[in-house]
Amino acid sequence: MNVTTDKIIETVGLTVAFGSGATSTTAVNDVSFFLDRGEAFGLIGESGCGKSTILRALAGLNPDYSGSILSGNKEVGHRRDKAFFRRVQMVFQDPYASLHPRKMVQNVLLESLIIHGFDNHQKRISAALDAVGLGSAFRYRYPHELSGGQRQRVAIARALIIEPEILLLDEPTSALDVSVQAEILNLLKTLRRERGLTYLMVTHDLAVVTHLCERIAIMHSGRILEEMTVERIRAGEVKEEYSRNFLAASIGYKPMEYAS
Amino acid sequence: MAEPLLRVENLNVNFHTAQRVNHAVRGISFSIGREKVGIVGESGSGKSLTGRSVLKLTAKAAKVTADRMSFDGIDLLEASERQMRTIRGNRISMIMQDPKFSLNPLMRVGHQIMEAYRLHHRATVKIAREKALAMLEAVHIRNPDRVFQLLPHEVSGGMGQRIMIAMMLIPEPDLIIADEPTSALDVTVRRQVLSILDELITRRNAGLMFISHDLNLVADFCDRVLVMYAGRIMEDLPASELHNAKHPYTQALLESLPRIDRPVDMLQIPTRDAAWLNGPVLKSGEWV
Repeated sequence: MNVTTDKIIETVGLTVAFGSGATSTTAVNDVSFFLDRGEAFGLIGESGCGKSTILRALAGLNPDYSGSILSGNKEVGHRRDKAFFRRVQMVFQDPYASLHPRKMVQNVLLESLIIHGFDNHQKRISAALDAVGLGSAFRYRYPHELSGGQRQRVAIARALIIEPEILLLDEPTSALDVSVQAEILNLLKTLRRERGLTYLMVTHDLAVVTHLCERIAIMHSGRILEEMTVERIRAGEVKEEYSRNFLAASIGYKPMEYAS
Repeated sequence: MAEPLLRVENLNVNFHTAQRVNHAVRGISFSIGREKVGIVGESGSGKSLTGRSVLKLTAKAAKVTADRMSFDGIDLLEASERQMRTIRGNRISMIMQDPKFSLNPLMRVGHQIMEAYRLHHRATVKIAREKALAMLEAVHIRNPDRVFQLLPHEVSGGMGQRIMIAMMLIPEPDLIIADEPTSALDVTVRRQVLSILDELITRRNAGLMFISHDLNLVADFCDRVLVMYAGRIMEDLPASELHNAKHPYTQALLESLPRIDRPVDMLQIPTRDAAWLNGPVLKSGEWV
């Protein structure tokens, strides 16, 4: 299905440091990974391990990094141009904070259409809302009139409306209930299948990441410890001690008799 | 365990607004002994409100009524505010979701723990200090002397939650209400915090009301589970039986969770049946 040599995003020796001198902290330390076109890649680790920092550097929200970020085998500049954002969009963790409280849903969606010079605004807004399962009736709502799951759907619609190739997902379901989480995960899976999107997902929930992604990297204190396929995680085949502990902490609360 | 620690019968919580009455908790009955009872449900199912009603910590707009609400022989419905103050913290304490918002940002954590102790016990500063340090050690903080001097912004989330547990357990309460104590924590830290909580509760033979939305966690951590939906208890069952739950709502919730050991293509999205709102519920495996 995928052309395996087509690396849509690649980082080489990505390093992000904050502060200077004695108080400097290296949040991301020499991280290299790549995403093939159409695949879903997950970064997982505990808080403070640098996974969100990688995402922010990729999205261009933090231009101060060393190492290089390549897109389609070409290096992208530290300051991104509009064409980059047209291809790469981000969905944030907290749908309560990432939507403007005074903007109607249709204006939220309209804004990115205008920025990227699209035509047929009304038609595209309706299509984007339909795609995330909201329907045109939601156009005239404000964020406070929506539930958490509906807001996250609007955030996904906003990212999708300019037809990007890559979605950066920063813990898209951690602020949501289990039943709503299931809805959003299904939606993300369907959208990827229909549009051939590439996902880079950051989360600390192993069950969520194994559901959505095919390849997963475990991070610890700024480094990628190991990278593996979902099948190997499900089978519990990990090399590093830390990954084993992380897996045990994630699965430990599952009743064993139910698994068999 | 002849008489349970906490007994609640027909608890109702109403919010009166200008236009309508919002019936948030609808006639629930349960009892908690010296055991770990989990309350699970989605947001808005009334689980937190149930916990708060027991301590009478609900907002002014909420009207709480019940046929009976007694704790260790004390009628909580009749208790005066003065009496409630001797119960809160001392006999029943509450652990909140996020330590960032429940610790005083301007006070060293050690002094906050001391304050919790001295409020309920006549003790000198010296004794309270020793108690607080011992308590910090009991929640597995490696260097209690150093942590004692820290301010809340200087501690991590997991450490903060351990400090909260220390603060809540130092007056030696009989019942602890934990309202999503680990939702704000990482998976690795979560396990640590829970085992500390488990250890201290078992050692002191206290009761625990564990409010959570994480079904898998509750199934393993608690002894008994109450599943709430729209202000009612849908199912009341032993935690070990949770995965064999009979109520369609509990089954739907379990199905909607992604699982590492059992990959599925699409997750089940719970469909809600209007009949559940007033229909029969399960009590220890029997429909009533």
